[in-house]
Amino acid sequence: MGTRPDGPPALPAGPPSRELKRRAGFLSAGPVRRGTAGPVGVTRVSASIEVSGLVKVYGSLRAVDGVNCAVETGEVFAFLGPNGAGKTTTVEILEGLRRRTSGDVRVLGFDPWTQLDRLRTRIGVIPQDFHFFPKLTPREAVRLYANLFAVKVDVDALLARVELADKADDYYDTLSGGQHQKLGVALALVNDPELCFLDEPTTGLDPRARRSIWDVIRRLRKEGRTVFLTTHYLEEAEQLSDRIAIINRGRIIASGSPTEIISRYGRPERLRIRGEPALAERLSNLGFHVEPSDGGVEVELRSKGDALTILQSIATSGLKWESFSTKSDTLEDVFIQMVGRLEDGSLPEASPEGSP
Amino acid sequence: MNLRRVGAYFPAFAKGYIRNPLGLFMSLIFPVILILIFGAVFSNSGSSQVPLTVQNLDNNSPASVQFLAALNATGAVSVSMVSPDVGNLSTYLAHNDLASGLVIPAGFNSTIAACSQHRPSCGPLRLLVFTNPSSGSEAGIVLGAVQGVANGENLRLAGGTVVVAPVNLNVGNQIYHYIDYLVPGLIGFSVLVSPMFSMVNVSSTWKRDKLFRQLSLTPLSRSEWLAATFLWYVVLAFVSTLLLLGVGSALFGAHVTLTVLTLPFLVVGPILFVAIGLLAGSASSTPESAGVIGNIITFPMMFLSGTFFPVSLFPSWLVPVAHALPLYYVIDGLNAAMVFGNTTAAYTDLLIVLVLAVVFSAVAVRVFNWREE
Repeated sequence: MGTRPDGPPALPAGPPSRELKRRAGFLSAGPVRRGTAGPVGVTRVSASIEVSGLVKVYGSLRAVDGVNCAVETGEVFAFLGPNGAGKTTTVEILEGLRRRTSGDVRVLGFDPWTQLDRLRTRIGVIPQDFHFFPKLTPREAVRLYANLFAVKVDVDALLARVELADKADDYYDTLSGGQHQKLGVALALVNDPELCFLDEPTTGLDPRARRSIWDVIRRLRKEGRTVFLTTHYLEEAEQLSDRIAIINRGRIIASGSPTEIISRYGRPERLRIRGEPALAERLSNLGFHVEPSDGGVEVELRSKGDALTILQSIATSGLKWESFSTKSDTLEDVFIQMVGRLEDGSLPEASPEGSP
Repeated sequence: MNLRRVGAYFPAFAKGYIRNPLGLFMSLIFPVILILIFGAVFSNSGSSQVPLTVQNLDNNSPASVQFLAALNATGAVSVSMVSPDVGNLSTYLAHNDLASGLVIPAGFNSTIAACSQHRPSCGPLRLLVFTNPSSGSEAGIVLGAVQGVANGENLRLAGGTVVVAPVNLNVGNQIYHYIDYLVPGLIGFSVLVSPMFSMVNVSSTWKRDKLFRQLSLTPLSRSEWLAATFLWYVVLAFVSTLLLLGVGSALFGAHVTLTVLTLPFLVVGPILFVAIGLLAGSASSTPESAGVIGNIITFPMMFLSGTFFPVSLFPSWLVPVAHALPLYYVIDGLNAAMVFGNTTAAYTDLLIVLVLAVVFSAVAVRVFNWREE
């Protein structure tokens, strides 16, 4: 990573120190902004990204339709949604690559469209479907970026960090898809950004390459950087992010931590019992909501004590049963249910940030 | 504009170009191949004489031999004799794929003698000249030479003196050969082709692969990118010029000078065609259509701007077309600067190229956008 003469010193690798956490906002009571150069008239930024009423219209299509969100400094924020939901349009507006139709957007306190020149040195971007010049090597690419940003970079260390050291001198067009993405990550880090945008960084990668990119993202978080991640992989969002916003048809339909979203929108925990079908009638008579399941029944648990009540009941009933397990909704279950409920009109279209 | 960033980006662009064999071939190797081919084919065209097959039916009489010697001495034709036994000369020429022929009729000597003594039997002599209409310029040379020698003979027989006579001098102070025109033409070709083919490709494929977007994430600005790109094609134009001059002079004895006035054409020319190429690529939705648009612009310019043949040889209706093409002014200016030493013409052409370069660059900068609305 490079250091700018006017910027903060490069963050060391490894677990975050107290100073790093303070700089990243983890330990501060109030908002903290890294870097020295700030926008005119703005001395403190409460969040790395603030979006209010963002709209982007293409002809008759409202690709982004009133998005509100805020990304706190130092967190990994995942923007989750199906293909065509408006994720990339939103992130490109935040990166300053696309003009918005209306709404207010502040990234590190700057308007990304009109103040990109001042923002550019403080953000790192891995665009969706990252491409680079086919006949340049990763080493040359990193050097080029370092020269353009006017920063000193330990090229070997940076490439090693994204596990690309052994391909440092191979032409870009000979690298695999995963290695392309790793180069994208390396280039996004050349200027030691405090805020990283990663737009579907693992799309099309094999599981091993995906895990490798995940490790890099986790390291970014440890280093105190803010990460704005878009993805359509629910597992990825669940694994990596502190908070998630689910976007569908240009609108945020839910936001919060993965656990919050699951508890807020998911179904209650369920007890799944493999056994004879007569179990269903017995448990219904006890007042439980029972649904048939593959080879048995599934019972909704209103409290943890319900599980004991159910198991005691079937033990004394004389009915045959083989095994039981509990099942909770994953983010994917919640997402599919929410999109389905949105389609049939049983879910309100927008859910305010942090509210149930 | 930050020159440090221009300097930082320039080597990356140059490496990407040099490592692409096709780009380098089109820029540097292809023009050299062309000069080798055209130079070899037309190396003698500047001083060559039109072959003229002559059938003397007057038994090599003194007057006929003297006439043919005078014809040969014009330097315009080279006379080769065929026997009267071959029969009809027209048929002979057609069978032997010969373009021009002359028949000295029987009685040539006696008629000349009669005329010189002003005898009543002095009558008109009919010299049959055969020419091939498809070789228009050769036919004109043959007819002109025969007519000229015949007129001289008529004047002598009439006892007249030469009053009006042309004095033949070379343009400038040297003898020009085809290769002298070819070298500036191919330099112009190189100035056109290098940027046009690659910039059309660059602006369309980079747009498709979002490489401009990638660059827009760095502090490099559009104008800095354009400056580095201009610089690279100027370097290519200089390298290509040195190659073509070297090959043209060493192998074909081209009399071409790299004057100071040549240099601005090697700077402004590439800038003009980078801008046109960028516009052509930007106007296309796919790399495939960009290639078609690029070819539509490049090929007519390549052939109609005096690259391979002087525009003065074009039919009159085609000359205005040539004058409407930007490359014409590059090649005309290079000819003026490198061959004729005509500074006034070179400055005029340079001014036109400069204005075009400024206009096209300004439009390219305006149209060519890295970010999306």
